[in-house]
Amino acid sequence: MNLSRRHFLVLMPAAAIAWKAVLAGTPEQAENYKLSEHWWGMLIDVPKCIGCGNCVRACAAENDVPEGYFRTWVERYHVSDENMTNPEVISPDGGKEGFPVVKEDEKKYFFVPKMCNHCADSPCTQVCPVGATFVAPDGVVLIDQTYCLGCAYCVQACPYGCRYIHPEKKVADKCTLCYHRITKGLTTACCESCPTGARQLVDLKNPKDPIHEFLKTHSVQVLKPQMATGAKAFYYELDGSVR
Amino acid sequence: MSVLKDARHLFRFAGLFVLAFITFLAIRHYVVPPSFGQYGHYRGNAISDIAARPIKFAGHQACETCHTDVLDAKSKGKHAHVNCEACHGPLARHAEDPASVTPVKPDTAVLCARCHTATAAKPKGFPQVDPADHSNGVACETCHQPHSPAISGSNAPSAGGAK
Repeated sequence: MNLSRRHFLVLMPAAAIAWKAVLAGTPEQAENYKLSEHWWGMLIDVPKCIGCGNCVRACAAENDVPEGYFRTWVERYHVSDENMTNPEVISPDGGKEGFPVVKEDEKKYFFVPKMCNHCADSPCTQVCPVGATFVAPDGVVLIDQTYCLGCAYCVQACPYGCRYIHPEKKVADKCTLCYHRITKGLTTACCESCPTGARQLVDLKNPKDPIHEFLKTHSVQVLKPQMATGAKAFYYELDGSVR
Repeated sequence: MSVLKDARHLFRFAGLFVLAFITFLAIRHYVVPPSFGQYGHYRGNAISDIAARPIKFAGHQACETCHTDVLDAKSKGKHAHVNCEACHGPLARHAEDPASVTPVKPDTAVLCARCHTATAAKPKGFPQVDPADHSNGVACETCHQPHSPAISGSNAPSAGGAK
């Protein structure tokens, strides 16, 4: 083969590009789990929540969430008739050990579990400067902690306050929708431990999932719909005072 | 030909650019993970890395393969839809190695009260009691079997007892 130096230099970049395409190769995934066949979300049945804090404890145990930080938490609302836009909200230690006992009064009380909404158009992934956080092809918002710089842009960008900087790892951390569980066919730790079924993992791409019938026949809301985040945590019977 | 000869210094310069480009590609090849860009502007293998984390909650399906007696008792009662680990805690290690990892029995005084202590904030239809008033310090499981809590037969309280 008679290859001049000039031709060699021209061919090298082309060969490098081709080699990269070869290296990218096929994805390594859990067996029988196909990314393209799922679109995960969560249904939260507000009137069923009793504020026991089981979900918060289960999440912390399953995901080694550091003390004082929360991937999911429960808020207690106390809303008066006249001042609906100014609810009194408490979440002592994220509701981990439940809530103080209260007596009936003229205002209404209810609990609202909060967590990452796994937005389809998530503001948090859009601001990441290094491509460390992303919406996976199955709709779960994840963080590549080996890539994260810990700049906390995403922590500021999340309108729901669902992210934090891990105090030891110094990188962003958040709810993974128990990705290590749902890809194995299990439900999330919070759903598994909720005693009243107030939380339900849903797969919007699964035609047999009862969520489709539920969404069709019930009035369901997402948090901060005006922000057009494409949130996939669906709240049933959510009070207008919840922010 | 003479034009090419005169432009030789330009070709040398272009050659330098090509070299720099190749160096850039070579460095890029080593610093950018192979799976970056596979699905989008992120490392594709991060997905499988996260999916590979170990589980702590075995899931009720795992419990039910062995504890069929409890499943039967539970299926008839009010707690039919409460999963095992909601009360017993994360037990994936027990499910993997039942002999050496044995679960600790939960303390009903804490456990039952978490859900059933009466407070105005809970949904009205949910069964709630004031623990002090309800049992006068008698442990919950004296009357209620946690797996099927309705009081029946010999466990039934005398008239005027707990509601």
